[in-house]
Amino acid sequence: MKQDIDITIIDRDGVTHKIEAPTDMAMNLMEVVRSFELAPEGTIGVCGGMAMCASCQCYVNSEHNLPEMQDDEEAMLSEAFYVKDNSRLGCQIHISPELEGLEVELAPES
Amino acid sequence: MITTDIIIIGAGPTGLFAVFEAGLLKLKCHLIDALPQPGGQCSEIYPKKPIYDIPAYPEILAGDLTDKLLEQCKQFEPGFTLGERAETIDKQDDGSFIVTTNKGTQHKAPVVAIASGLGSFEPRKPLIENITQFEDKGVEYIIKEPELYRDKDVVIAGGGDSALDWSIFLADVAKSVTLVHRRNEFRGHLDSVEKVQELKNSEKISLITPAEITGIIGDEKVEALEITKKDEAPFTLGTDHFIPLFGLSPKLGPIANWGLEIEKNAIKVNNALDYQTNIPGIFAIGDGNIYPGKLKLILCGFHEATLMCQAAYQIINPGRRYVLKYTTVAGVDGFDGTRKEAPKAVVKTIN
Repeated sequence: MKQDIDITIIDRDGVTHKIEAPTDMAMNLMEVVRSFELAPEGTIGVCGGMAMCASCQCYVNSEHNLPEMQDDEEAMLSEAFYVKDNSRLGCQIHISPELEGLEVELAPES
Repeated sequence: MITTDIIIIGAGPTGLFAVFEAGLLKLKCHLIDALPQPGGQCSEIYPKKPIYDIPAYPEILAGDLTDKLLEQCKQFEPGFTLGERAETIDKQDDGSFIVTTNKGTQHKAPVVAIASGLGSFEPRKPLIENITQFEDKGVEYIIKEPELYRDKDVVIAGGGDSALDWSIFLADVAKSVTLVHRRNEFRGHLDSVEKVQELKNSEKISLITPAEITGIIGDEKVEALEITKKDEAPFTLGTDHFIPLFGLSPKLGPIANWGLEIEKNAIKVNNALDYQTNIPGIFAIGDGNIYPGKLKLILCGFHEATLMCQAAYQIINPGRRYVLKYTTVAGVDGFDGTRKEAPKAVVKTIN
């Protein structure tokens, strides 16, 4: 199995980025967005990835089996804005080989 | 006017450690922070979470780190202006700066150190179209004066600790308290959740869940809210106040207009030397600065604070000779008259 997976990220300006995300660096989706600088620093991952700020909220457009939502993520999303049925916090989505072909869209800054 | 040697903007870990390092150089500090308590993100966002990369602490809770930093700098008697946001900076003819907060408090010093992290914490505003026109006319994002709500009808929205705690507090003050949350579950300390349940059972708090505030109705001030329960038609509830408590998010804010070079929402500094910005006398340390290779780590902020203080010393005492002293050798002389020092070795003759 190859080490990088292809994923598609639509940034807050609606621009589509096809990127290769590493699966062996214990990265989550929020960190991938930061490492490729797809959102301005300071507007994403504000809490560092503790599911405590919702700045990494994204909409999952593809039909992937994502890790199940834990209580803290669900609670944070229930207080966030612009939430849709397919909203997730990027920091809670661990990049793994199963996510090959994932497509997500970053939620607006709030 | 508050006068000091170094005005530190931001009372997070970097700002607090700067007080200690400045104190060793006999420089006095005054801290300004938008939050009502020191500690920055460590106390506001994650006080109960552990940190594992503070040198010599295999594990420390963020809240405990704040307490220890406060204890470490205590003898240097830092001043605090809390709950106020640094708004403007004005350079004086004598080279000093005056920093004024949003409440008009003025601070004067020859050196300013911006240790603002990701910015000042501002309340997150719900997406209700006309909400801004009701701000301070019945809509308050932060409760400053609880007496404002005495014998009034109050609606609180949110599902975290602050929504729960204020609902409990205001239940004794207001005529009525209604808590609206998007889910049936609340994320808060167990005691608070249980207390709200108790107050609901005794009809001192009305709970509307799962629901959202979808509109504000009123002429000059808030008169009623449109509330929409999940999968139901909206209804109207009369109220005097609407308090949305959806947490805080950091914003660079007015500092962006101070003429400092900004890159990636951070302040550019000279990291080869002393973390000074493009304006001499103004430094930026900690998570809020940027330079090649920058890492947003507390331990890096400590280092930056230490070097900044050396440069501040030179600005405040131009041309004066200085030599680095080790605390183990020189001890620590507090501005409060206390002295810490290593115990003297015992000399005793062996016969």
